[in-house]
Amino acid sequence: MIIAVMALGLLAGASGLLLGFAAIRFEVEGDPIVEQIDAVLPQTQCGQCGYAGCRPYAEAIAAGEADINLCPPGGQNGIAALAELLGRDPKPLDPASGVEKPKMAAVIDEQNCIGCTLCIQACPVDAIVGAAKHMHTVIARECTGCELCLAPCPVDCIHMIPFAPSITTWKWTYPAVEVKAAA
Amino acid sequence: MRFKTVTSPHILQHTSVGQVMRRVLYAMIPGIAALVWFFGWGVLINLALATAVALGAEAVMLSIRGKPLALHLGDYSAVVTAWLLAVALPPLAPWWLTVIGVLAAIVVAKHLYGGLGYNPFNPAMIGYVALLISFPREMSAWLIPHGMGQSHALGLLDTLQIIFGGVGSLPIDALTGATPLDVLRTKLGLGQTVAEIRNSPVFGIVAGQGWEWVTAGFLAGGLWLVYTRTAAWQIPAGLLGGLAVMATVFYLIDPQHYAPPWFHLWSGAVIFGAFFIATDPVTASTTPRGRLIYGAGVGILIYVIRGFGGYPDGVAFAVLLMNIAAPTIDLYTRPRVFGEKPS
Amino acid sequence: MSALFPFHGGLKTVRHKTESNQTPIQAGILPPRLTVPLRQHIGAIAKPLVQPGDRVLKGQMIGQPDGYISAAIHAPTSGVVSAVDQQPVPHPSGLSDLCVTIETDGEERWIDREPVDYRRLHPSELRQTIRNAGVVGLGGAGFPSAVKLNLAGRSEPLATLMLNGAECEPWITCDDRLMRERAAEVVAGLQIMAHLLEPQEVLIGIEDDKPEAIAAMTAACAGTGYEVRPVPTRYPSGSVKQLVKLLTGKETPVDGLPVDVGVQCFNVATAYTVHRAINCGEPMLSRVVTVTGQVHRPGNLETLIGTPFAELIKQCGGYRENVERLIMGGPMMGFALHSDDAPVTKAANCLLAAGSAELAPELPVLPCIRCGACMDVCPANLLPQQLYWHARAKEFDQARDCHLFSCIECGCCSHVCPSHIPLVQYYRYAKNEIWAKEKEKQRAEQARQRHQARMERLEREKQEREAKLRQKAPVRPEPAVASTNPHSDPLTPAPSPAKGEGHPEG
Repeated sequence: MIIAVMALGLLAGASGLLLGFAAIRFEVEGDPIVEQIDAVLPQTQCGQCGYAGCRPYAEAIAAGEADINLCPPGGQNGIAALAELLGRDPKPLDPASGVEKPKMAAVIDEQNCIGCTLCIQACPVDAIVGAAKHMHTVIARECTGCELCLAPCPVDCIHMIPFAPSITTWKWTYPAVEVKAAA
Repeated sequence: MRFKTVTSPHILQHTSVGQVMRRVLYAMIPGIAALVWFFGWGVLINLALATAVALGAEAVMLSIRGKPLALHLGDYSAVVTAWLLAVALPPLAPWWLTVIGVLAAIVVAKHLYGGLGYNPFNPAMIGYVALLISFPREMSAWLIPHGMGQSHALGLLDTLQIIFGGVGSLPIDALTGATPLDVLRTKLGLGQTVAEIRNSPVFGIVAGQGWEWVTAGFLAGGLWLVYTRTAAWQIPAGLLGGLAVMATVFYLIDPQHYAPPWFHLWSGAVIFGAFFIATDPVTASTTPRGRLIYGAGVGILIYVIRGFGGYPDGVAFAVLLMNIAAPTIDLYTRPRVFGEKPS
Repeated sequence: MSALFPFHGGLKTVRHKTESNQTPIQAGILPPRLTVPLRQHIGAIAKPLVQPGDRVLKGQMIGQPDGYISAAIHAPTSGVVSAVDQQPVPHPSGLSDLCVTIETDGEERWIDREPVDYRRLHPSELRQTIRNAGVVGLGGAGFPSAVKLNLAGRSEPLATLMLNGAECEPWITCDDRLMRERAAEVVAGLQIMAHLLEPQEVLIGIEDDKPEAIAAMTAACAGTGYEVRPVPTRYPSGSVKQLVKLLTGKETPVDGLPVDVGVQCFNVATAYTVHRAINCGEPMLSRVVTVTGQVHRPGNLETLIGTPFAELIKQCGGYRENVERLIMGGPMMGFALHSDDAPVTKAANCLLAAGSAELAPELPVLPCIRCGACMDVCPANLLPQQLYWHARAKEFDQARDCHLFSCIECGCCSHVCPSHIPLVQYYRYAKNEIWAKEKEKQRAEQARQRHQARMERLEREKQEREAKLRQKAPVRPEPAVASTNPHSDPLTPAPSPAKGEGHPEG
């Protein structure tokens, strides 16, 4: 009886020491789950989720304050990726955040731009260049399509243009034959 | 001018699932012929009944699942399942036995798992095992092989009457007897040596009287299947190899109590199982090395079940057990990809 | 006869070579209008050098290579540029791309052609000449040849220079005819390549169903030490990695190129084009195209780049009945064109007008029965069915783990599949999705960094503003502020001068 208690006690003690050692020896720096969530988010910084950007949203998800279905640009694929990362069930996008749209880029109608710089201040990724009272333009390559520049524009000269299909972005589609056969 | 656009390749070989399945059916003909010769009309009646029930069940399940009937019935997979099962049934099995077995195979083992290509277990063997466990008495009532031309042979009408009308006035007990593997198992249990048992009249040159010709028929068809690459050679090779190694080892240890390897290879459903059952591609391993391992696993399990298990023959159980292992085997036996460093 | 090292898998396909290889190469007609795409190669699209209204001479550069992996584009004949805009190009998507349209004047006025003696040129100049001549791999891939002719940075000398004359796809015979008729020129081009690469051996692989080409090339190689090696007719022996294995026994690493195992391989037509570029001073303006299938007079045409496919069909007597698909390239790997308006490009080796006689009937797709026929024919030794399950389930990571990117899309698996599953399309789909995801990830990462930089900038600007305010603070003391903000008081004296000059972390 005593031997059994001692054996179990020693075993428990040794395991505890081992675990404690491992926790110190292999400690992970920072809060990697936030980084991982942030890496899955589309980085549009659009704020449609109700947070100030992708990273704050990632922190909110990690803290359990926000649900995973609040990101319209990430869309259903993004939700699926988050669900897999966090081991939860995927769910449909929360319509209160917005709807999933094709990828778009902002384009400034340069005839009508008055050079007010309001859009430059709104752009979360500094993708609009220009100076006061001079025409502004969007660096198409850097635009994330967040639409945050639309509202501040006093003359409504910014439009969202969907990416045109081109040879370089064209993709082979999922074979249609089997979809039909399996339906 | 505008044209249709379809992905490459634009030319295809003229093969189809139906063709593959029909080849399996053709390959079974010599073995079936031998079965009919030694066991009479019952074999053919079982085949016809199983085919009809299988096609009917397949059609019903397909229409429930909203699949195009003509396309999927034309793949002959239901017929193959029906034949594999019917061949394994006793020739005078009552009609309901065949019906239940086929329904278990087609409805449960095949369609409830997603139909052709998605079933993890060999449907025919699920049907067979379901019957073997549920109706052991009916399943062990094998005829003594006499041959159609001999005096004891049953006529077509008598056979029909037995199968569809119950035993009736006919002396069925006089017609049935233990199979060679049954005899071996029972008498070994009674303490006889293999050599003594082999003197029993149920045994022929290598294995069971009559049975050995059935096996020869299936071997001929099976070799043709391998030759036409319809069946992967690795599976029968692995299976027969695995069984032979096991049998040889035990035979060398104690020839009094363990039958020689050639007897094991030539008895029961081994050859039939090696070329027709285990080679079902849907439920077998798919990589070259995996197929060898899978085959060897079935072979070893057959020996273990025969020698130490509760049933005289173990092909069906062995195949089903290895079916479970097939995905894992595949995972660990991926071939070296072109340009990959040897691991 | 040296030993061959067979690759796994492969197929014996139908051949259909005799339809088009019985007649000599014909000169293509000069069409009234040429549409020359600026992207005919792997790499960046060429920068247009002309504007609508410009007169161009035959051989004048109209598109400049943009970056190292890019190729020059030239005016195939003299005439007037009528447009520089988006035009349909031969591509599986049927989409348009930037093209220079030239109204031909029929005068064929050349630029000054300057043949050079390659032995006297510095290798870098020689490569520059080849680059400026717009030479790309003509086997179908269209990789800029000058890049492959540069071995700078590789320590070991090249073991083998290989010329690919296998032409393993059914129907195509342009390389066959070229080798039969212009073997000397092909070997002359090969000599230039050998001069640049200084290989230990030079091998020419030709499938043994082309005895005339083998004989012609063997005769042309006499005295050069180059070796013609017939290889068994087995698709896809013309695939670079497979041919390298076949002739040298070396396997190109999964993520590598043949040059990693000391082999550099070019198509025979590329060698011919190099010869024209150096020994004749003519940039790449035309190529031999096999026109075959359901046309009245199949054959090989030496066609100007930019000629609409419809003109080729017309020159070959027009369509016969029931042309269902127009295939650019061979029937195993080529793609179906959306229309015959698209122009001939440098990569267009064959135009196959396919009818029901050539094509497999469209058969219904059945579930995979895991028969493994695909595995038996896969020349990359993959497990096509596992790739298929993963691609079908959109499990791209697993597909990649199963070496999806080792797939050369040769089509053998689809060809033999008894269930008629379009396997290759699944693989292409999965590859495209993986690439797109990677691109998207890069974009997201870029956006994240820019956002972070902006946040830091805003923070810095805010602190700079505060620092400025605080600098003014001692002049006009405000006890109320100091009392409400306990932190500002001890901080103000020390950091403010430093912050006034700019944030230390900025």
